Amino acid sequence: MTDVTDASADLHVGDLPSDVLIRVDGLVKEFPIKRGVFFKKQVGAVQAVSGVSFEIKAGETLGLVGESGSGKSTTARCVLRLLEPTAGNVYFQHTRSDEVDLPPIVNIANADKETLRLLREEMQIVFQDPFASLNPRMTVASIISEPLIVHDSGTAQERLDKVKDLLRLVGLSPEHTNRYPHEFSGGQRQRIGIARALALNPSLIVLDEPVSALDVSIQAQVLNLLGDLQDQFGLTYLFIAHDLSVVRHISNRVAVMYLGKLVEVAERDDMYTRPMHPYSHALLSAVPIPDPELELKRKRILLEGDIPSPANPPAACRFHTRCPKAVEGVCDVDEPQLQQLEPGHWVACHYPEVQELF
Amino acid sequence: MAVQPLLSIKDLRTYFTTEEGVVRAVDGVSFDIAPGERRGVVGESGSGKSVTAMSIMRLIEPPAGEIVTGTIEFQGENLLALREDDMQEIRGAKIAMIFQDPMTSLNPVYTIGDHLMETIMLHQHVNKHDARKIAADALGDVQIPEPMTVLDDYPHQFSGGMRQRVMIAMGLSCNPDLLIADEPTTALDVTTQAQIMDLMLKLAADRGTAVMLITHDLGVVAGFCDTVQVMYAGGIVESGKAQNLFSDPQHPYTWGLLGSMTRLDESHTERLHSVRGAPPSLINPPRGCRFNPRCDFAKDICRETYPALRDSGNDGQLAACHFATELDLKLLTIGEASRS
Repeated sequence: MTDVTDASADLHVGDLPSDVLIRVDGLVKEFPIKRGVFFKKQVGAVQAVSGVSFEIKAGETLGLVGESGSGKSTTARCVLRLLEPTAGNVYFQHTRSDEVDLPPIVNIANADKETLRLLREEMQIVFQDPFASLNPRMTVASIISEPLIVHDSGTAQERLDKVKDLLRLVGLSPEHTNRYPHEFSGGQRQRIGIARALALNPSLIVLDEPVSALDVSIQAQVLNLLGDLQDQFGLTYLFIAHDLSVVRHISNRVAVMYLGKLVEVAERDDMYTRPMHPYSHALLSAVPIPDPELELKRKRILLEGDIPSPANPPAACRFHTRCPKAVEGVCDVDEPQLQQLEPGHWVACHYPEVQELF
Repeated sequence: MAVQPLLSIKDLRTYFTTEEGVVRAVDGVSFDIAPGERRGVVGESGSGKSVTAMSIMRLIEPPAGEIVTGTIEFQGENLLALREDDMQEIRGAKIAMIFQDPMTSLNPVYTIGDHLMETIMLHQHVNKHDARKIAADALGDVQIPEPMTVLDDYPHQFSGGMRQRVMIAMGLSCNPDLLIADEPTTALDVTTQAQIMDLMLKLAADRGTAVMLITHDLGVVAGFCDTVQVMYAGGIVESGKAQNLFSDPQHPYTWGLLGSMTRLDESHTERLHSVRGAPPSLINPPRGCRFNPRCDFAKDICRETYPALRDSGNDGQLAACHFATELDLKLLTIGEASRS
């Protein structure tokens, strides 16, 4: 994982298993820290993402979890190339090569502008904050049809019909086309954001904390909608969240991030019933369960202190400063690689151990 | 009740006047908190949880908002009848409050020490030197390392979790009888939340402080509270012992809320039972039971008559539902109801 492959590396048909939609390979993103007024000197770098590799299969949901500052949103934005990755490759194997004028496997990390523009039809994003991600001066119709206009899809009337279909699809009334975002509640706005993401029939949707800002009962409605849409259109989701119970509900596989690195990747049930990385243990034990009797019996693994600064991450295993199991001379010297310890269960730890938490 | 309640609220109504009309944020809320009780107040945004807390602290500013009727008795004294400077004596000393956002509730131009010492000097009538010592002790109690040096630090030098520790230290520095914590961990990461809740539980239990914990997270309540009240559209719909309320909800809203929650210890691939629709407008709430437009079991009476909180015969559990005792919500699995 540390050796970052040549940024120009390209893959050809057959290099990726046919069911893989996205392969992220050694993704690195650093943000420079600059000092001074005139001669902005770079004095360091925030290492937001440091060598992350994973795959998402077509039609599955990969849950990417971690605490604030773990680099999960940055990873997603690099995958869509809303941010320029510092290094690494992101391969997208698209399923509709006959419809679009693109090679079957595109390296998003070095794709040119035109390729990216065409790829945008395939990958969309829904943002966390339904209040900030919709332009208050645009009507619902213009918000949802904007991607259709950008990608020259149909006449004005066809677009309006499409908007109405999309509104119906996400559970809003088609009469709402001329309303403005402020007339809708948080849950309804999130539905508008989802309709916008669906407008171009993408195959991948990145969901960046799509339900974190919503109340519990509304959250359940939106999660149900996302599940229905996935069934209906065979969508692939990269679901980013800090809420581990929501992730358990929606994901097929789960990846846990800590300070810019993946520490564990596993099938959903393996992650929750037999987690192996000490950070996953702490994270899972910290999530409260709405059951007083169970809460009384549960043991919490309380971590010491706060997550270190990504501008100056600890050497070797980044978790060793807070890890209850860290061994001096090993964990602070030698960086553990992400290894497959069981089929489909990857862990980056020198002392992995299954722990049952409930 | 055998024990004299510490806090007793009767028919509290707090309204806000807006251009669109009168918002009945809290509309007829009555409950007691016993000394040392840890009570959870849960509900979604706009259910009136925070306004209830602000009313207790008398932080509702006219003309925007006004406590229209009701009494709030604290240790036998009606807070609503007190003069402002008498209320000042209670605020911070006997009832303390911790707010949600540790980033904005500390003043960036004052040091941590200034924040703590202000309350201590005001209420404990000590000089600066002693106040500093008490402040350092308070920081030590919330497990902040090197409290003496930290006193001279500014809030921006602290992480969210550490700031919330400072807030707790401020809240507890005068040994209040009641601590109101309004979503104290909502802005924090889960591992930090676990640290903070663990700390609050230890401190409250050691000192016998009663806590009113306001949160939207039923999981946090399950780990911390003895009793819970569920609020909906400005009123309490259900209250009781935490244990009973979670395992045997009597009100359809509580039941729906529990069904809406994704759980960490369960893998279910089926749809969640979501409560349909959205909370009502508080300017023009629905007639009868405020939950009736979203309720799976609503009948004619629900659309006509407002149900009062009634004892459901289950260890003091109260529910504001006409059919509380008839509906056997525990037995009715959530899947069955959403299909019917």
